[in-house]
Amino acid sequence: MADMNTTRPLLDVHEITKFFGGLCAVKNFTLQLPQGVLWGLIGPNGAGKTTVFNLITGLIQLSSGDVLLGEDRIDGLEPFEITRLGIARTFQNIRLFSNLSVLDNVRIAYHPHAGYGLSDSLLRTPRYTKHEKELTDQALDFLSIFKLEGIAAELAKNLPYGEQRRVEIARALACKPRLLLLDEPAAGMNPREIVELMDLIHFIRDRFKLTILLIEHQMRVVMSICERITVMDFGEVIARGTPKEIQGNQTVVEAYLGKGVASSAAG
Amino acid sequence: MELGYLFTTILKMAALLAWIYGLLWGLNRKPLWQKALTIILAFGTVQTAFLLQFGDFAVFSAFDQGLLYQAVTMAMVALGLNLIYGFNGQFSLAQWGFYGIGAYCAADITYRWSNNDPSGLIVAGLGVILAGLALVGVGRLLRMKRGVPVLSAFTFYLLAVIVAVAVALFAGRALAGALVPLFGTTAAPGILASGAVRQIVFFIAVLIAGAFAAEISFLFGLPVLTLGSDYFGIATLGFAIVVQTLMVNSDTILPFTEMKGGRGMIGIPKMTSWIAAFLFLFLVIVLVRNFVRSSTGRATMSVREDETAAKAMGIDVAGSKLLAFVVGSFVAGIGGGVYAHYIGFLSPNTFSFLAGFNPLIIVVFGGLGSMTGTLAASFVWIFFLEGFLRVLLGQMGTEAPTWRFVLYPITLLLLMLIRPQGLLGSREWGFLKPENVIRRLKGNGEAAARKEQA
Repeated sequence: MADMNTTRPLLDVHEITKFFGGLCAVKNFTLQLPQGVLWGLIGPNGAGKTTVFNLITGLIQLSSGDVLLGEDRIDGLEPFEITRLGIARTFQNIRLFSNLSVLDNVRIAYHPHAGYGLSDSLLRTPRYTKHEKELTDQALDFLSIFKLEGIAAELAKNLPYGEQRRVEIARALACKPRLLLLDEPAAGMNPREIVELMDLIHFIRDRFKLTILLIEHQMRVVMSICERITVMDFGEVIARGTPKEIQGNQTVVEAYLGKGVASSAAG
Repeated sequence: MELGYLFTTILKMAALLAWIYGLLWGLNRKPLWQKALTIILAFGTVQTAFLLQFGDFAVFSAFDQGLLYQAVTMAMVALGLNLIYGFNGQFSLAQWGFYGIGAYCAADITYRWSNNDPSGLIVAGLGVILAGLALVGVGRLLRMKRGVPVLSAFTFYLLAVIVAVAVALFAGRALAGALVPLFGTTAAPGILASGAVRQIVFFIAVLIAGAFAAEISFLFGLPVLTLGSDYFGIATLGFAIVVQTLMVNSDTILPFTEMKGGRGMIGIPKMTSWIAAFLFLFLVIVLVRNFVRSSTGRATMSVREDETAAKAMGIDVAGSKLLAFVVGSFVAGIGGGVYAHYIGFLSPNTFSFLAGFNPLIIVVFGGLGSMTGTLAASFVWIFFLEGFLRVLLGQMGTEAPTWRFVLYPITLLLLMLIRPQGLLGSREWGFLKPENVIRRLKGNGEAAARKEQA
């Protein structure tokens, strides 16, 4: 951990807590993501993983604690401001703009970088024409990276599940993020699709020089692609370390299987 | 006679649909001269139809012309509403209120002007400009300071507008006094009383009416749009009722005696000619289309599709809703101005919230999120309800026309059962179509292939 103190982490989540009424969904959660890491966040159902994502991206407000992205404090900002500072995410239950085309889904993510304003579009100035063409070309190029250019004109809702996942990841990357949050990307996928997904995650990390934080239930995915893992249970961090360390961690096994089972399995 | 009337009305509806198709098709042509020719032809065909008369039979009788003007104003209001409801997904009943605000605002300006009083134009014009500047200025200031709660922001905007309006009232009255002599007397009319100047004032008045409605919609929408969709709908219903109540009492609790409250405003100069109606409709179509077919328009649609995802994609959801609402209200205000100067008489009953469902029905009838559908539905709807049913049933007895409010909801019900996506679904014609990316994609592919070969 010594190297992490010398260089500033990309994301620094410091002791964040979230109460829903009297229920403590997340308690003193701390996470420091160094630049370029692929970090997993796991835990049983209801452990508060997605709440952590929602807190980082500003979709829900913190009760206490603070979040830093690089130098900027991002807690308390509007979600769209946080995205524009460089955090993009996908959702557990895919949230595409279903009645819009795949191309439009990606072009919407480009909107903050469109390069022309409302007056340009209303008057159809040369600036509109130029940037709109650039934007579309960029989006099409981008789709071809993901081998999605063939379905650019399809409505998002008409795609099969696996492709919807790919489109959602592509759309998140079109936000030009530094940090990508993936919420259960392998949910509902068959083993072959999962292998493809793992390749895709490796590919985008190298290609876009990304830092990735990943929630996942499929242990196979987490253990094989994540470099570090944080384990949550009942809103608290119960363990962190490399996949190997986590696999041997008694508390983690207990959290997943229950105390009695774990001890009898050990015994 | 009845069959003949039935036949000609259907023919007219078909002709109008063909006219819309032709207009949109021609506007989509690349060369500029073809676009210009389309505009002239589209204007000319209707104008000619207005003038054609064979003995007793007029192709477009005065009654039909009235329907056409109604259809044009309805098309504008509905296009604005489609932007808010169809593209942005915000169910709003306030559109009719903004239509009424636009109508009364424009009518008051020209009414005063035709009575040799320039204060309406000067005060409203100055007020709209100053309030607009104040809103932009406060917006800039607020953007520098992050995390201002919506209601505080609203208070700042409101205060700025009040100051701007006060300044406009004060300065406008002084300026207007200086202009009065230029109207001359009845015996020797001055330059400001001339027909050309009146026409210009009419055009400016309609634009001011749009801007006025837009500014009010900004102030109303800013706090209210933060409510969830259903609550927003209820709040807009409240707005429509408030506007109508103010109209009914415009001569008592508001200082506008010329509006004559519930008795209705009379003596508005009937200045809406076909060219004015056509120009404003054209302006509105271009405005809405250019808005929708842009990055801003896509952001607007993303809010309709999924607000949470839109936020996570870096879209300012609150800002996007407000923008669509303001642009939609601007369009409604323009429609109101055109309507007031066609009908020449404004009654608060016209702007009751029940009538406010009409544009909503048209938008759903034509297809949510289809600009072509809205346009087509506005024309078909007016001719069907006002022309066709009223006249046809009128021939069956004096009480029979009441049946149209039975027949017409049944028609709507049937349509919703048979075609829930509306008349045109999400299909668009010509000018309103999105760019065909597939063709473009193939073009790019072929170009790349050619490059590789070379």
